[in-house]
Amino acid sequence: MTEPTTRDPLGNTALGRRAVLAGGIGLLVLALSVRALARPSLQQAVAGFTGGAPVTAGRVKLTLPPLVENGNAVGVTIDVESPMTAQSHVRRIALFNEKNPQADIAVFRLGPHNGRARIATRIRLATSQTVIAVAELSDGTYWSSEANVIVTLAACIEDLT
Amino acid sequence: MTKALVSVPKTARRGDIIDIRAMIAHPMETGYRMGPNGVEIPRRIITRFVCTYGGEEVFFAEFFPAVSANPFVSFSLIASASGTVGFEWTDDQGQTESASAEIVVT
Repeated sequence: MTEPTTRDPLGNTALGRRAVLAGGIGLLVLALSVRALARPSLQQAVAGFTGGAPVTAGRVKLTLPPLVENGNAVGVTIDVESPMTAQSHVRRIALFNEKNPQADIAVFRLGPHNGRARIATRIRLATSQTVIAVAELSDGTYWSSEANVIVTLAACIEDLT
Repeated sequence: MTKALVSVPKTARRGDIIDIRAMIAHPMETGYRMGPNGVEIPRRIITRFVCTYGGEEVFFAEFFPAVSANPFVSFSLIASASGTVGFEWTDDQGQTESASAEIVVT
């Protein structure tokens, strides 16, 4: 509302309204493009985690309900096939999403003292989309698993009114 | 921050793989939501979770706004010695909350 309004002698503010409207649309377009730029794609997010190293599908089991009624709390289980010994274990596991406002969900760091590479948590999903789990093993290789989820009630973007 | 809830078995045999569960009451406000007056609700999330066993870090998690309110995480540990399993959560305002549980390993 900082737009200057230009009043003619009759007190008509038509020009002012038009200017405000145009400015508003301009700001909206700007905001949308900024948000689109701010969110990396799923591939970019995974590459950011692996540092560009190749990711192979397999050895990771990502379990998500295929149909979710409430995107505010979606139970996720990640299982990685690994003996979890000092020589061969899972170093890190990361979760990424495709369509939330932010690509990252969580990163877990574990090691041989965990005995088993299984993690469960609860996440938010803004809409129906793909979720990917990427595991970094102690030999430096990256393995992944994807799951598609249909969400009927979205998280993140609802307001409180 | 308020209360944390952790689940650690009271006793275990040496070498057993035990399940650990940890949850804390926290809004995990994403910063993307609008309040009733159209004002953005400021972001407030837990960003770090650390679990220690016998003083040594055994599990670490970094959370983003896509983790649900009252963040819950479950993972495994090898019961190696009797001692304290400690949990610590840190939010993006630097506030920390901790919890601990004792385990007896036979």
